[in-house]
Amino acid sequence: MSGTQTTYNDKVVRQFAVMTVIWGIVGMLVGVIIAAQLVWPELNIGPWLHFGRLRPLHTNAVIFAFGGCALFATSYWVVQRTSHVRLWGGPLIPFTFWGWQLIIVLAAITLPLGITSGKEYAELEWPIDILITLVWVSYAVVFFGTVAVRKVAHIYVANWFFGAFIIAVALLHLGNSMAMPVSLTKSYSVYAGVQDAMIQWWYGHNAVGFFLTAGFLGMMYYFVPKQAGRPVYSYRLSVVHFWALIFTYMWAGPHHLHYTALPDWTQSVGMIFSLILLAPSWGGMINGIMTLSGAWHKLRDDPVLKFLITSLSFYGMSTFEGPMMSIKTVNALSHYTDWTVGHVHSGALGWVAMVSIGSIYYLLPRLFGKTEMYSTKLVTTHFWIATIGTVLYIASMWIAGVMQGLMWRAINPDGTLAYSFVESVKGSYPFWAIRWLGGVLFLGGMLIMAYNMFKTMAGGKTEDVPVLAPAGHHA
Amino acid sequence: MESVWLLVPVSVILVFGIAAVFWWSVRSGQFDDLEGPGFKVLMDDDLPKGPAPGPGEQADQRKG
Repeated sequence: MSGTQTTYNDKVVRQFAVMTVIWGIVGMLVGVIIAAQLVWPELNIGPWLHFGRLRPLHTNAVIFAFGGCALFATSYWVVQRTSHVRLWGGPLIPFTFWGWQLIIVLAAITLPLGITSGKEYAELEWPIDILITLVWVSYAVVFFGTVAVRKVAHIYVANWFFGAFIIAVALLHLGNSMAMPVSLTKSYSVYAGVQDAMIQWWYGHNAVGFFLTAGFLGMMYYFVPKQAGRPVYSYRLSVVHFWALIFTYMWAGPHHLHYTALPDWTQSVGMIFSLILLAPSWGGMINGIMTLSGAWHKLRDDPVLKFLITSLSFYGMSTFEGPMMSIKTVNALSHYTDWTVGHVHSGALGWVAMVSIGSIYYLLPRLFGKTEMYSTKLVTTHFWIATIGTVLYIASMWIAGVMQGLMWRAINPDGTLAYSFVESVKGSYPFWAIRWLGGVLFLGGMLIMAYNMFKTMAGGKTEDVPVLAPAGHHA
Repeated sequence: MESVWLLVPVSVILVFGIAAVFWWSVRSGQFDDLEGPGFKVLMDDDLPKGPAPGPGEQADQRKG
């Protein structure tokens, strides 16, 4: 392999990779706190640290700070390696890092103060929304600029997923954040009533589809083959997976609004598209897992691979569960219960966090001039703690959710409700305690990761490595 | 259902946009080789130290 004069820009990857772990700890700590507040309500202290203020802080921190930094780090690494060029974009590159960190800090300040637009997963007020737009456009320029100056003709499939994620999130953010400011800290959505709800869940579900799925699938299609040392099971299927997902995703949003004022036909369209999504989702999941076909023994003692493959199993589970929950008759039971919370975390902890953790474990030694993490044993420990935590979380929420749904719909022979709402709350306490324990375990795993990361960083070299020349065309 | 007047055109424009990108990628030969790219991504050895592992051996090299 001959090197050239130019080097990869790994500084920005390093920055984002380290902040992924830091923000992961912060976001999950807030999650553990709000889980504890549900079990011990006296922990709701003052207005600033109340559940209602901390919950959006938790979701923003884990999705956009932890997940966002992981996506920036991995996409910047992958696009450089697979395009065989240095990251393009000059000063825009550090701007995406510092701009994104500033957005996170502003979110951490404004949300506890109660400054919010009230839109789920898009709570930040308009000045921060504008900053997000600037950073995101810079990100798109850097990413697509790098793809444009690539040294190889083919654009690797992971880059297609990252690219679609960047464009879709830009579109969703601009569409949903349209608001009329009345002061620096308050604005009102330009949409009203059920229109606003429809736009909000068009945004909300596609944020799940593109921010929390397409981007992380890009990670999967690079880091699973690299860590396994085998090509993806079927490259052809990965291309079909991409186009199928992109063409069908956009209309699943209405399933968040079943049995609301939204017209019935729109709800049905949302349900049908959600069911269709099962096919590309499982195609991708099988493609990822089957990459290990014939080399399953590697799972035995490679904890990074354990993280990556387990994340795909959870991806398969939650993309089966999601379409089922979007069926209106199932949704009649599951809607507004903790089942939804469990479903989200099966995707968030099991899929998004685990694939990110696995990818970051792949990156860290390479970013700091080491051949492996400080302790492989600790990575294994992290894996088991995280898996047990996730299972405790999901299982407790399933039981609590189905119980709540059944209690709310139970009626006496005379047609009156069999249970009051507060009885379902009381019944949920033990499961909320188990959920909190699951969260504590998952957070504990992140703390182990941070220790392992800082030990790996200690004494590491942070020189940029030369851009590798593209391998010759296949013989 | 006013939001439909926004979301439907956006979706339609998007589908046409995606179709155009798909058309370009097929015409420009992005999908002419649907086997090689999977292997090529493994040919970069990105581990900083130690003996250079061949493709397919990287995971084994890293075990501690």
